[in-house]
Amino acid sequence: MQTFGWPEAYFILRAASWTLALTAIAFFIGSIIGGIFAIMRLSRVKALRRFAAGYILVIQSIPVLMVLFMSYYGLSAIGIELPPFFAASASLSIYVSAYLAEIWRGSIESVPRQQWEASASLALTTTQQYRYIILPQAIRISLPPTVGFLVQLVKNTSIVQVVGFVDLMRAGMLVNNATYQAFQIFTLVGAIYFAICFPLSRLSRHLEKVMNASRSH
Amino acid sequence: MPAVLIEDVHKRFGQLEVLKGVSLTVESGQVVALIGRSGSGKSTLLRCINGLEAFHAGRIEVAGHKLDQDPKHLRELRKDVGIVFQSYNLFPHLTVGQNIMLSPRITQNVPTAQAETLAREVLAQVGLSEKFDSYPDNLSGGQQQRVAIARSLAMRPKVMLFDEVTSALDPELTGEVLLVMEKLAKDGMTMLLVTHEMNFARNVASTTIFMHQGKIWESGPSKELFANPQTPELRNFVSAGAH
Repeated sequence: MQTFGWPEAYFILRAASWTLALTAIAFFIGSIIGGIFAIMRLSRVKALRRFAAGYILVIQSIPVLMVLFMSYYGLSAIGIELPPFFAASASLSIYVSAYLAEIWRGSIESVPRQQWEASASLALTTTQQYRYIILPQAIRISLPPTVGFLVQLVKNTSIVQVVGFVDLMRAGMLVNNATYQAFQIFTLVGAIYFAICFPLSRLSRHLEKVMNASRSH
Repeated sequence: MPAVLIEDVHKRFGQLEVLKGVSLTVESGQVVALIGRSGSGKSTLLRCINGLEAFHAGRIEVAGHKLDQDPKHLRELRKDVGIVFQSYNLFPHLTVGQNIMLSPRITQNVPTAQAETLAREVLAQVGLSEKFDSYPDNLSGGQQQRVAIARSLAMRPKVMLFDEVTSALDPELTGEVLLVMEKLAKDGMTMLLVTHEMNFARNVASTTIFMHQGKIWESGPSKELFANPQTPELRNFVSAGAH
């Protein structure tokens, strides 16, 4: 029987880098889509508002696992075969976009109404208002919850194993199946998750403190 | 042509009619004060003049612009019509200088160097030259309000609107803001102001308008109006010490 040693640990570490890559891609693409939906959600055009609200509602109401199944098994059933990494990135991006859209919509809305009025009175266009006045303030407000969500994302990427993708969690399970040294293996897996998430959690808390301090003036 | 022309303006919030046919004119260089109890419609009227509130009937023309809800027309109008708010509404993420330079640079394409000269000039006008690089959070309320006035002035407006600009200030800070406004008035700025500062209205505004229940109840030359109120409502208002 195989025992847990350096090659196995190395295998797990490599899988951890896939978890990180997947998180980064999903966060990046999800941010772009989510940003667009956040703005659409606040548009003056009713159809855009409705469409964005519908998208967010649907994605938030179904488990991300469902999105993953749909994009991997669902699409392959109608003849479109996505590679697991692609299906996983796409599904997680969709999941991220819906949540970030809501976080950011809330952040934009929490910029005081008077900031809109003052900038409108200075003859700025809506685009200029967003660019120079609203978004810079909204981004500060959104940083703590966004980083907090990122922590959730790191952990939730573990669902991609259902389409055969070997991420950190899946690598741990594979090694365990071969060596049965669950304690050592999952201690390592847990430690890696912790090493990724703990600094992020601290960052989120730090940002929150900084934001509160700067708003108490 | 008058700087501000308001003709039979009506405005409702849902069922509640807050402006019931208001007409007034402000000539170029004139200072007009709007007074009245809370809910009399004076702030709403002021906010209609630069399109922050839409109205339902009537006509408004300011600085040669006819008011409608076309965003492009509104922007052109707002380049000529400054407004200062009760809560200052400076942009907290920008320095004082950036607050002032922003709109001239992006809406009037003033080159950066020239915008800075302009900003320093209007800051000097409100007596805050040394605050160019400060953030609004580090200024007192009175200083913030003076920066807000400077920010408006940098647009080279033809008309300035003031919406209870001293109401949020501690009493000892209202003086410095009123002084700046008085100087503006003397320099010939066309001003329409909603105010609770009766002394200021009496001494600085040439005309005072008393609003009551969404209508112009009484108006006239300020000194006469305060010395000799014609309606019981204004008499009560003046003797109650204005609030």
